[in-house]
Amino acid sequence: MPTQLRETDVVIVGMGAAGGVAAYPLAEAGLNVVGLEAGTWLDQRDFAPDEIRNNYRDWPMLVNKAELERPTSRATSATAAARVASHPMMNAVGGTSLHYWAQSWRLNPWDFSVVTETARRYGPSKIPAGSTVEDWPFGYDELEPYYDRVEREVGISGQAGNVRGDIDPRGNRFEGVRQRDFPMPPLRWTAFNERMADAARSLGWNPFPGPAAVSTETYDNRPGCGYHGFCNKGGCPINAKNATHITTIPKAIDTGNLKVVTRAHVTRIEVGSDGRVTGVNYVVGSNEYFQPARVVLIASYTYENVRMLLLSKSRAFPDGLANKNGQVGRHYFSHYTGASVSALFPYDLKAWYGLPAQGVAIDDWADDNFDHSDQDFIGGGNLWAMSDRRPISAASMNTYGRGRNWGSAWKRFIRENSDRSHGSYIQKTTLPYEDNYLDLDPEVTDPLGFPVIRITGRYMDNETRIGEFMQDRMEEWYREAGAVEVNRGGTGNAMGASTHAYGGTRMGDDPETNVVDRWGFSHEVPNLGVLGASVMGTSGARNPTLTGQALSWRTAEHLVDSWRDIAE
Amino acid sequence: MTDPKGRRPAISRRDLLRTAGVAGAAALIPDAVGAVTEEAPPAGPQPSTTGEERVGHPVASGRPLLAGPLTNLTARETEVLSAMVDRLIPTDELGSGALDAGVLRFIDRALSEAESGAAEAYRSGLAALDAYSQYTRGGPFVDLSTIDQDSVLIDVQTGAATGAGAGFVGNSGSFFNLVKGHTWQGMFGDPQYGGNVDFAGWDLIHYPGVRLAVSPEDQKSLEADQLEPVRLSAYDLGLFE
Repeated sequence: MPTQLRETDVVIVGMGAAGGVAAYPLAEAGLNVVGLEAGTWLDQRDFAPDEIRNNYRDWPMLVNKAELERPTSRATSATAAARVASHPMMNAVGGTSLHYWAQSWRLNPWDFSVVTETARRYGPSKIPAGSTVEDWPFGYDELEPYYDRVEREVGISGQAGNVRGDIDPRGNRFEGVRQRDFPMPPLRWTAFNERMADAARSLGWNPFPGPAAVSTETYDNRPGCGYHGFCNKGGCPINAKNATHITTIPKAIDTGNLKVVTRAHVTRIEVGSDGRVTGVNYVVGSNEYFQPARVVLIASYTYENVRMLLLSKSRAFPDGLANKNGQVGRHYFSHYTGASVSALFPYDLKAWYGLPAQGVAIDDWADDNFDHSDQDFIGGGNLWAMSDRRPISAASMNTYGRGRNWGSAWKRFIRENSDRSHGSYIQKTTLPYEDNYLDLDPEVTDPLGFPVIRITGRYMDNETRIGEFMQDRMEEWYREAGAVEVNRGGTGNAMGASTHAYGGTRMGDDPETNVVDRWGFSHEVPNLGVLGASVMGTSGARNPTLTGQALSWRTAEHLVDSWRDIAE
Repeated sequence: MTDPKGRRPAISRRDLLRTAGVAGAAALIPDAVGAVTEEAPPAGPQPSTTGEERVGHPVASGRPLLAGPLTNLTARETEVLSAMVDRLIPTDELGSGALDAGVLRFIDRALSEAESGAAEAYRSGLAALDAYSQYTRGGPFVDLSTIDQDSVLIDVQTGAATGAGAGFVGNSGSFFNLVKGHTWQGMFGDPQYGGNVDFAGWDLIHYPGVRLAVSPEDQKSLEADQLEPVRLSAYDLGLFE
């Protein structure tokens, strides 16, 4: 029998990018919050600038729950699923916000109303066949105050492009109206970033620095970025990357109302006879505990949020918690970042230092920022030229058809070119489809015997067409900046596990097609909420974390405001 | 099981030593990021450069690059692997190759630790490489001319050696990529792991080394020379474990 713990107001499963944000407004409002985290606290001492550990081994090794729960993946329901080789999850207080690239975008207004806007401008038949995309239950304006709040509480640097309708050409002219500027100026540009920006301007495009959860000056007593590199899958040794373990979680702890339990491996959410959740079971080592709670918020990675619901079967919910309508796991998608483009330049880029969030963005070809009347797709991509180079990855560079990638001739090549190649990062609109979903693998289990998640998914024509279109734009941009070779990756449709995993517990007003309501609470279980990108119904062409965090703050605030209705 | 107060553990002696380490290394961090030291007590003693942290460091340990047979491979396997990585990154007029840079030691250590799951792939792949050399070039890999060794490796890399009866498990290219990947990690990774001896890999590609801060001036010119190389392991900074 598990040890029965004392009841708490709210239990949050996962102290990462989303749960770590939600904990703060809840604790600040005086609710007693227990944050269960499978990993441990890590600090600056754990964040060595070490490419082998960060990028080639399963860091951190201390807790490897996510590694042992790697999903399986298959393209369609007719093909066999195989275990994915690597996973994007992170077991530590702060979760993936410890080692992510920290790009912290707001979605653009179009992303909230893709169906309505597409139908209005091009007619309803422009929506790709088989897509289950819906408008969000609210527009950008509803989320704006929460974006604003999180940008300040977490600490986001950037250049505004639209403050209360005033367009600033230094920022993104396509962004939604923001009530004020970022709390910190943007990360600086390197000489190569400047060259790319100049090239973009000469093409008539609008380059701007991207937003990042990286301090550019002293903020909340933490230092500004040292631009030392190793930010890609690495933690920050000077605490300039604003992961939740140094931002909102300590603030929540300081209220005296948040208790973080580390090494807590949650196995199941319990349901009472009235159909309400009563708390969660977890294990620490070989000890089992039951944490009763008035409200349960699940805040793991998308795969684990879905898995936790599907594993929590009960008499009331035989197909998994909050899944009477069979929507848990549906509308899953991940950002299509295939169709890569890289380029070789005849000069050193001086890119040995810097970070993936330091770069030049182009939004002219994203969302519906250009006319799609003559295009056979909707949406688009955000072009991103960053400054990120590490020695092993640099030495593993493409040789651009100039001989094989080893041996003495290669040594001469790499000596000259190790700092002359550049790989772009192009995020593209990706839609949910009928045939893409998550469920429990019928065969593969974790060491406790629980099935892992199975991803069934492939990118469809709309995504690969965007891919080819964006490759053309990126090649133009590289050529304008003086590239002598441009290499295009294939536009394959394999999906697999992703660092940008969306859906599975989608948010919407219709319980027939959505798991959670417009506030993030289950349509079927009133005291169960879901946090993170798993509630998002569209991806936009930009990183999900800030939107997930803004939604988390909003869900937490709603819970505080409606405590009696939800918890009692 | 849980921290009873739900808070971070109180500061410990270890934390104090850490803080001292941060302050001690402040010289490596320019003023732009000086705030990191604002809350630190006055600089304590410099972090120790002896003791456990240094075990296995190529310079500190003074071990030869190839201390007899490797732990995870037989003498014969070691010989074949040695010949293979010597062709991947040869020692030549441009400087040290994989063998001089300690790549064999790097791989052996990796097979004891993080890459232990790959040991069997090494064993079967090296045996298959030898068998393929014998079938197609008339001798064991180590006895072939470098030209023949290269042509065998091209067959293995491209997958042409798959299914030739040599015994490659799956596509021969998988074995090639496994060894190449580890060779590149050993050549260009942090020397803490036993490779990149004398920073041979970083010198080859002109990587200016691990720094904790890079100034605007350092990044503002495409025409300037690369920065002066810093030749330190990240773990020599005294800040990390």
